[in-house]
This record gives sequence, structure tokens and C-alpha cells, in this order.
Amino acid sequence: MSKQKQQQQQTKKPKKEVTKQYEQYVKQFTPKPKYFSNSAKAFIVGGLLCMAALYIQNLLIDSGMSEKDAGAIVTVLLVCLAQLLTGLGVFDSLGKFAGAGVFVPITGFANSMVAPAIEYKKEGPVLGVGAKLFSLAGPVLVCGISAGTIIGILYYFMK
Amino acid sequence: MDYLYAFLVGGGICLVGQILMDTTKLTTPRILVIFVVAGAILTGLGLYEPLVNLAKNGATVPLPGFGYSLAKGAMDGAKEGFLPALAGGLKNTAAGLTAAVVFGYIISLVFSPKSKR
Repeated sequence: MSKQKQQQQQTKKPKKEVTKQYEQYVKQFTPKPKYFSNSAKAFIVGGLLCMAALYIQNLLIDSGMSEKDAGAIVTVLLVCLAQLLTGLGVFDSLGKFAGAGVFVPITGFANSMVAPAIEYKKEGPVLGVGAKLFSLAGPVLVCGISAGTIIGILYYFMK
Repeated sequence: MDYLYAFLVGGGICLVGQILMDTTKLTTPRILVIFVVAGAILTGLGLYEPLVNLAKNGATVPLPGFGYSLAKGAMDGAKEGFLPALAGGLKNTAAGLTAAVVFGYIISLVFSPKSKR
């Protein structure tokens, strides 16, 4: 028994070293994220998206819509466009290119609903698509609505 | 001039998101949650409203803008009473949310998963 244990201990130590060496070895080959180009892409794509949204909103306001309604319609348009692109499988490549540039605007929220829902289509229209529609969007909605409402109630009592 | 501010502010918010994605181990859904909650809290502190007035869609289209609408609706409702404070947040975002749910459901039923290349 004692011999076996000794052997085990002997094999254990080198193992740790081996894994460490292996990690270092792997690190050489994993590409470091290109911080600058990723950030530049996210900045430009995100900025352009917001500019386009403002342009459409201004068009709607010019045609006689109130600013609030125009804002709501722009949001709806962006959400539907992002979901359609997700359905067509285009949004994935967009996301790979622009990263946060398309995930941080409301388009990312829309994509986070459809993407898992499509993947789980096989589990049926109710428990598959219906449930998975909220697997990523659920946390965002729960936290966002809670935070907003708590702030509103605090405001009500402090007023 | 509006367009320039929309570009700079909208791009800037996305830039922060990208830096968070690259330098921390936070996953995308967590970043989305952080942004929405941060937007709501900044609105509560009165810091996000000036940004919206300056950059318009540059501040409302990114996800902190969703938090802003939720908090703004609740705060506007709070001026009228307790019940409007509860209803206000969702009332303000109802159109976008409903579109996201209904259209998202239809899209998910119509399209089939694409193999990832």
C-alpha cells in the first residue's frame, strides 16, 4: 500500500507540472483578442446604428408623428430587423464582425430572444420555442424591470 | 450636429461593452443585464436624462436606453401615484417588448436553425 501511495504521489507532482506546461503551451497558440480593432469596429458599427435610428426617427417626426411615437416605431423596426436577420442566420456573422457594436444596442436583446428559441425548436412550439424565447432575455427583463420599478417606487416615497 | 452626438455617444456605449467583453470573463447576457440595470440606476440619479437630450437615439438605442425607458416611465408614473409608478415602466416599453415577443415567436417558428460555419 505504502509503495502504491508513494508512486501515486510521485506521479501526481509531475502531472501538475505537466498541466502547467500544457497551459503555457496552449497560451502560445490561443490568439489574444485584438483589443484595438475589436473596439474600433464596435464603436463605428454601434455609432452608425444609432445614427441610422436617429435618421429614421427624424423622417417619421417630419411626417407629422410625435417624438414619443416615432421613438417607439424605431425601436420596433430595429427589433424586428434584428430578429429577421437572426432567423436568416446573418446576425451571427454580423456579431462576429462587430461584437458589442450590434450586441449592446437593442438589436442584441432582440437577437438574444430568437437565437436560443430557434435552437430548441425540436422541443416543440410551447416548451421549446415558447420557453427558450426568454432563456437569455428573461434575466435582462427581470433585472431591468425590477431596477426600474424599485427606482420609481423610491421616487414616489421621496417626493 | 445631432447625428454627430448620436454617433459618438452610441458608439461610446458599445465601446464600453466591447472592452468589458474582451478584458473580463463576463458573458454577453451578463453584460446586457449590467447595461440595462446601469441605465435604470443612472436615470434614477438623474444622470442619463441629459445624455438622452444631447444624443437622442445615441443614448436610447443601446441597452442602457431600455433601462432608461423603464425607470423614466416608473418615475413619471410616481408623480401621479403609487399604481401608475408600478405600471409606468412597462407602459413606456410596451410597444417594443410586445413586438419583440410576438415577432420573435413568429420568426422562431418560421425559420429553422442554421448550421454554424
